Amino acid sequence: MAECHPVAFQWVVEAKKRGATVIHVDPRFTRTSAFADLHVPTRAGGDIVFLGALINHVLSGGHEFREYVTAYTNAADILPEDFTDAEDGDGLFSGFDPETRTYDNSTWQFTGERDLTLTHPRCVFQVLKRHFARYTPDLVEQVCGIKPADFARIAATLVAASGREKTTAWVYAVGWTQHSTGVQHIRTASILQMLLGNMGRPGGGILALRGHANIQGATDVPTLFHLLGGYMPMPGPDEGLEDYLGRMPDTGFWGNKRAFLVSMLKAWFGDAATPGNDFCFGYLPRISGDHGTYRTVLDMIDKKVKGYFLLGENPAVGSAGGRLQRLALASLDWLVVKDLVMVESATFWKNGPEIATGELTTEQIPTEIFFLPAAAHTEKDGSLTNTQRLLQWHEKALEPPGDARSDLWFLYHLGKRIRAKLAGSSAEADRPALDLTWDYPEEGEHAEPSAAAVLAELNGYAADGTPLSAFTQLADDGSTSCGSWIHAGSYAGGVNQTARRVPWQEQSYVAPEWGWAWPANRRILYNRASADPQGQPWSAAKAYVWWDEQAGEWTGQDVPDFEKTKPPSYVPEPGATGPAAIGGGDPFILQSDGKAALFVPRGLVDGPLPAHFEAGESPQRNRVYRQDGSPVSIQYRDRRSTHGQLAGHSAIFPYVVTTYRLTEHHTAGGMSRTLGRLAELQPEMFCEVSPSLAAQRGLENGGWATIVTARAAIEARVLVTRRLRPLRIPGEGVIQQVGLPYHWGSEGLVTGDSVNDLLPIVLDPNVYIQESKAATCDIQPGRRPRGAARTELVERYRREAGLGEDEDMTAATPDAAAAAEPDSEAHPAAPGGTWHHDE
Amino acid sequence: MTEQPQVPEADFRSYYGRPILKPPRWREPELPAYLYLGGLSGASAAMGAVAAATGRRPLARAGRLVGAGAGMSGTAFLIAELGRPERFLNMLRVAKPTSPMSMGAWLLAAHSGLASAAVGSDITGLVPRLGALAGAVSGVTGPLLATYTGVLLADTAVPAWHEAQRHLPFLFAGSAMASAGAAGLVATALRSREERVPAARLAVMGAAIELAVTADLERGLGLTGETYRQGGAGQMMRAARWLTPAGGLAALAAPRSRVAAVAAAGLLTAGAVATRFGVFRAGHASVADPKYVIASQRDGAAPRPR
Amino acid sequence: MTSNRLSGPLADVAGDAGYAAHPERVGFFTDTSVCIGCKACEVACKEWNGLPDPDADALTLTGMSYDNTTELGSNAWRHVAFIEQPALPALPADTDLIAAVADDSGGDTGATRWLMSSDVCKHCTHAACLDVCPTGALVRTEFGTVIVQPDVCNGCAYCVSACPFGVIDRRDGDGRAWKCTMCYDRLRGGLEPACAKACPTDSIQFGPLDELRAIAQTRLDELHAAGTSEARLYGADPDDGIGGAGAFFLLLDEPEVYGLPPDPVVTTKDLPAMWRRAGVAAAMLAAGVAVAFAGRRT
Repeated sequence: MAECHPVAFQWVVEAKKRGATVIHVDPRFTRTSAFADLHVPTRAGGDIVFLGALINHVLSGGHEFREYVTAYTNAADILPEDFTDAEDGDGLFSGFDPETRTYDNSTWQFTGERDLTLTHPRCVFQVLKRHFARYTPDLVEQVCGIKPADFARIAATLVAASGREKTTAWVYAVGWTQHSTGVQHIRTASILQMLLGNMGRPGGGILALRGHANIQGATDVPTLFHLLGGYMPMPGPDEGLEDYLGRMPDTGFWGNKRAFLVSMLKAWFGDAATPGNDFCFGYLPRISGDHGTYRTVLDMIDKKVKGYFLLGENPAVGSAGGRLQRLALASLDWLVVKDLVMVESATFWKNGPEIATGELTTEQIPTEIFFLPAAAHTEKDGSLTNTQRLLQWHEKALEPPGDARSDLWFLYHLGKRIRAKLAGSSAEADRPALDLTWDYPEEGEHAEPSAAAVLAELNGYAADGTPLSAFTQLADDGSTSCGSWIHAGSYAGGVNQTARRVPWQEQSYVAPEWGWAWPANRRILYNRASADPQGQPWSAAKAYVWWDEQAGEWTGQDVPDFEKTKPPSYVPEPGATGPAAIGGGDPFILQSDGKAALFVPRGLVDGPLPAHFEAGESPQRNRVYRQDGSPVSIQYRDRRSTHGQLAGHSAIFPYVVTTYRLTEHHTAGGMSRTLGRLAELQPEMFCEVSPSLAAQRGLENGGWATIVTARAAIEARVLVTRRLRPLRIPGEGVIQQVGLPYHWGSEGLVTGDSVNDLLPIVLDPNVYIQESKAATCDIQPGRRPRGAARTELVERYRREAGLGEDEDMTAATPDAAAAAEPDSEAHPAAPGGTWHHDE
Repeated sequence: MTEQPQVPEADFRSYYGRPILKPPRWREPELPAYLYLGGLSGASAAMGAVAAATGRRPLARAGRLVGAGAGMSGTAFLIAELGRPERFLNMLRVAKPTSPMSMGAWLLAAHSGLASAAVGSDITGLVPRLGALAGAVSGVTGPLLATYTGVLLADTAVPAWHEAQRHLPFLFAGSAMASAGAAGLVATALRSREERVPAARLAVMGAAIELAVTADLERGLGLTGETYRQGGAGQMMRAARWLTPAGGLAALAAPRSRVAAVAAAGLLTAGAVATRFGVFRAGHASVADPKYVIASQRDGAAPRPR
Repeated sequence: MTSNRLSGPLADVAGDAGYAAHPERVGFFTDTSVCIGCKACEVACKEWNGLPDPDADALTLTGMSYDNTTELGSNAWRHVAFIEQPALPALPADTDLIAAVADDSGGDTGATRWLMSSDVCKHCTHAACLDVCPTGALVRTEFGTVIVQPDVCNGCAYCVSACPFGVIDRRDGDGRAWKCTMCYDRLRGGLEPACAKACPTDSIQFGPLDELRAIAQTRLDELHAAGTSEARLYGADPDDGIGGAGAFFLLLDEPEVYGLPPDPVVTTKDLPAMWRRAGVAAAMLAAGVAVAFAGRRT
């Protein structure tokens, strides 16, 4: 956190000054570790075992916050007899179809019976216990290399710091998410925190640090292919409105789904959206499978996708499988790159590694490339959304130089021109574009569309045109419009709430008047859980939100994440829908049963409970189940993917390679390697290795090394450091990890090889995120070969590893790629959003 | 097999072995040249003044000539050392007793001016009494000019210089005397034996003082003393260690022998120059390795007067 | 010219420098125990003060942990040091690491401590740079800080050799000496220096020096009570060799580990004695000259 979020880290510093204990678990010792009370090195990719063992520790020792668990989680729900846990399925849950490599979750659904004593053998609580029973400290030592004494210390600290009087917070980032089991990593931590009663309480919870300043905003008002605003799913082909709505729960706050969707459609299509045409629901694009970025990139190589817009994105350096990314760019008809500086994705055709190796020839690349300069954040209005859902508005300070324009300007004016070209058309296909409301006020000499107007549209309007102040005002009859239901309230009263900057000295510690958090400016989600079922705080020390009997409402430090006047004693009528189905003691109001999900019956494609699987490339077999890697992770096994098999690799690629960031640089380096003052802080690409690995391979501090994986060879300067510790596996020897900061590419003041070239394309099947955090490699002293010898080196390694020819190597030109046959997808991803996934 | 180099674990004594202080930005040959020329100028002017007072015209003329010439050329070297040479007159913006360079700038300006006036008057025959007065006064500024440079170097953080604070003024004084004596021997080489005696005496005294102080300097500085014995500094100091006595011995014979006189002049000049370079390089060496700074402050080995 | 002392505690630095009325003395307290090595201070300083961009040949990895700035200088007025140390006793120096990889120890060099510290000009109470500056370019401001006036400095580089911390330096290509001004322009505007403002963890604290010293003592006591016995203050003592620093530190190891001199003394402290010796030596020289001419004709 100190590396990547130094400004936010000040609160960790503050907490430690007030007596908090800070524990850091990470493959490498970072600037966070330097500050922490304890650093525990671990093998990248072993976290489910580590967290699972903590769950086991809690459950075996009876350390769970029993009342919280019983009342607020689905621990009491009973599973059907035909449910098989991974424990009994050798890594597979019931419902697995090996043909399609997918799960049918019908055996995961609750029977409807509950056992509040939590003793029924098929209740979630007991299933959980059995599921994690083999996740012991010994297993942790075997898989993660974490010493039992360190594990014991963590477990003891965690347990002592949880409960009524104290809470513990977990903070994670892409070290957990960028795995083929990334979502399950988070799930394991969530289960742990639910058992300890740390959710929805001050000082508790799980803080997900993001990878850049507005990634949260980019998922809220999404740029993700499978979501609509406010985390509604994208519709599937031939799906009507009712079928679509049927995919979201009827109970809990998702029960208002119709109002959310209709209001969004009114915002998009205005008067054209009427009850008669299902509010133009038919205009929405449909997804028919995996349209994730990696699939799309492979489709570019297959000539199925002709064009590409890259707005502030640099996949030539920033996405896994760099070579495939660049081959895709070289296969397009057209490419638009809009960025602050000339990034590698715009110059791959002359400066990319494939030009030097001869795999691509500049003159033969057919892609027509447009580079458009972008306005910086200081040159435009807009908001940035932090990981804690906090929107903070920033104002334009000066005009962008020359032709540089904001992305909003670009997209809006592009849309205007397209609509102008389509004007007067009678074709059905043109109706969606023409019926869009596309009329933001334009300001200034460049006709900049008003970002505030966009925010106001997201906030929404009542029928009379007044801004909404809460998503509870949304109607499903077309009388309200709202671009994103979670953002309703951000422009309440016609005031940009996200622009508020009341200093902390002038408000409570919750600081509700600094910016605005969705939904409804709640700073801790599910904060009803900070009070017991009767509505009283679990302890005075941790009082946050509580029921005021006199006033007949919830009150406290924060906006209660609960219906304000619903008493704790409220019992829903049978058959109630929407929020009315949520009881007065059910804090998790977006879940259909109002309970925190220890067990997830629907919504995750890889299992209702987390199970440990090794990464796509790993030095170890799975110690927990016979299945090594996740049975449902996405790997494109068609001929273009160069992902290799685990077996037979270990001798050739014996080391774990993990990737990460440095404070001094920003993602793919476009914003930092181009500025002298940042470039000089970390001027060269380097790797970090332990002294014993350096001794083994003859690496010298300050020297050069070549790192090779099944896909690529890169070079880096060497830092031999005690901060990368070898992990001793009892009876087996040592696992060494090679650390690589991934910020370098071929453009800028300081340049270097790109780490993402090394990585395979292995994805988490729920969210399509790539596994950047764990792969296997070899490392040798000296610089890498130049020219064609570079690819020959990789081929030699592949042969020795028994991986066979990489057919991509021969399909060097776009013509050859076009001539080859496209293969079918190996993994048909079903449509669905992150909340509910209906198969 | 031994340990591999790694990101150097902080030696508990230093930060990656890096210097703590900045290296002096003064260069060679400029600074050592100035040290030599300043001493030469100062002592020569004194020699010239006393020679004038005792009726020795050749030595008087020589002393004034060298005093002015060395002073001017020394000034040129100093100006060349500046990062902004065009701003050299800023040296006369203030007169700061806490700054040996400020005092020295004034002293050098005054001394060079007086010495130039004296020699100018001497050569042209104009304003002879004023010229003589100027010469006499330069005989007072001269010794200060020759020794203040010891303070200039010592009043820094540079261990080899600061810890040698007791030695440097006397070392430079002796070296200046030898240098002036050498100049005098050259001036009187073709003259009578009797003419050469004062220069020879001055040369011998200077050489003796220089040697004595150097020996004490190299022994008495503790760890820092090794900077005078090793490396480029050591080379120069060792050279001086035979040049100077050889020159002194030759100077003893100088009244009797013209050859000895000239040889003495050459040897003593070389020795004096070598000494200045040695001191200069010792300074650099004492900064390049942080151990000298650390040791002097950890053990209290640095001289701490009062 | 007002008289001023050259060493020892000095309660009113600005007054001693000639200011009749002046604000409280301000300074930095850099608490390295909360430094996270983010280098925001380095960048903020360069941005505010418009320091030159690096030369292309400066863009190389030093191998000194995460320190690629290496030292304070004319173009780096904040410098973050990184020191990796064993937290526990290390393996013996002659350990065969290759063999150790295969055996029980695994070649593990043990837990690590990583010290980080943002270094800066100390704005000494008795500033040698200021004392020796012959042009008067270096001056004491009304805030008690020390600055170089770039329109006066002629680059004699005397300050460079006088500074006992190796802070100030002459800028290549420019010829003048440059160093931290404690953002004098920002102080005049009622703002705190750029580095203090940018520091996210309040490792760099700015304010009246008296208050900072009290804060530092409290923090030191806290750390000692928590078992961090190696914490110590550096430059906080008015009785030290520079009369106490205007920018002082809380360190977690010996100063020299951070590249700081263990116990520096302002060189000017010895200056009166040095002048006396110079006078004696000059007299000796004059006497020697006189003796050389003694017993002669006039």
